[in-house]
Amino acid sequence: MSRQTSRLDAKKVNSELFTLTYGALVTQLIKDVDNVDDVNKQLERMGYNIGVRLIEDFLARSGSGKCYDFRDTSEKIQLATRMYLGVSPTISNWSPSGDEFSLVMDNNPITDFVELPDSHMGLKYSNMLLGVIRGSCEMVQLEVSCWFVQDQLKGDNTTEIRVKLLRKLEDSVPAGED
Amino acid sequence: MNNSSFGACPAKTSILDRSLSKGKGEVSLSAFALLFSEVVQYCQTKVYTVPELQKKLHEIGLDVGSRIVDLYFVRDKNCKRETKLLNILLFIKTTVWKNLFGREADKLEHANDDERTYYIIEKNALVNSFVSVPRDKSSLNCAIFTAGIVEAILTSCNFPAKVSAHWHQGTTYMIKFDESVTSRDQQLEER
Repeated sequence: MSRQTSRLDAKKVNSELFTLTYGALVTQLIKDVDNVDDVNKQLERMGYNIGVRLIEDFLARSGSGKCYDFRDTSEKIQLATRMYLGVSPTISNWSPSGDEFSLVMDNNPITDFVELPDSHMGLKYSNMLLGVIRGSCEMVQLEVSCWFVQDQLKGDNTTEIRVKLLRKLEDSVPAGED
Repeated sequence: MNNSSFGACPAKTSILDRSLSKGKGEVSLSAFALLFSEVVQYCQTKVYTVPELQKKLHEIGLDVGSRIVDLYFVRDKNCKRETKLLNILLFIKTTVWKNLFGREADKLEHANDDERTYYIIEKNALVNSFVSVPRDKSSLNCAIFTAGIVEAILTSCNFPAKVSAHWHQGTTYMIKFDESVTSRDQQLEER
């Protein structure tokens, strides 16, 4: 039992190092690509790569088993956010059919110190998070799509990520092999 | 033009309206390691050789370093800058390292044969925790990222220097100061 808990509170690093490294990466992308839409895409793709690897770490540390429904999944995503980013988003706005929900964050650690200049209002700064969610869900055979409904960097009060379950992937070619 | 952009972002509070965070927030090491791995992979897509890759990582480190200088001086040093060579090095070894990596760097040394060269030595660099260097790229040390951070701090405190990272007793950061720095420091000593 004690092993379980020590696994859960894994090693931590200062969030500023994380935030600033992320910021430097975004800056570098903007310098290299200089087209906001492509930067958004690239961030999402990087997030996807992270998600694909992160899920392994999450399953090992949290010891969580299969999800029985999408509500279960939403709670796991909430737990993962707390484990990895140290913030606890709230889950709300379920769609009546139960296949779509919102993750609402009051503060988003990766946007500390960040201000979007007017010239880059189209930049989805935290787009990597969406990729992480998509990538990790895909590895447990859930195809989801995510988008931002609200973004604190654009003047909203909270950051709200909408997650929608598209379909359950059946066993076939391993994802990412195409 | 102006009006429409104001309309798009109502009542944006500037970062300066908020109080400075204490900097105690934490994220998981796995999250950082995976992010850093993406940074390295991204840099790798842009270059052909190991030195180019190091340069790119170094640049990203510079970006990070230039942003923490003011932050740490305001937070930990009561807004007072360091003016002495040894003090700024100690500031990096202790304050900066503790803030960034949660512990002090292991050693700070002065080169025997060159008064402009100093070394900061760290047995297990945090950024290298999950990096396994391929055999054909054995000279690559991803801690060059940290070297970039250190270089940016020194340079923006007006101690121009070149900082590089090497595999020696773990990771050794070699700090080579500009001539002007050592001569100025000697003048300060004499006074």
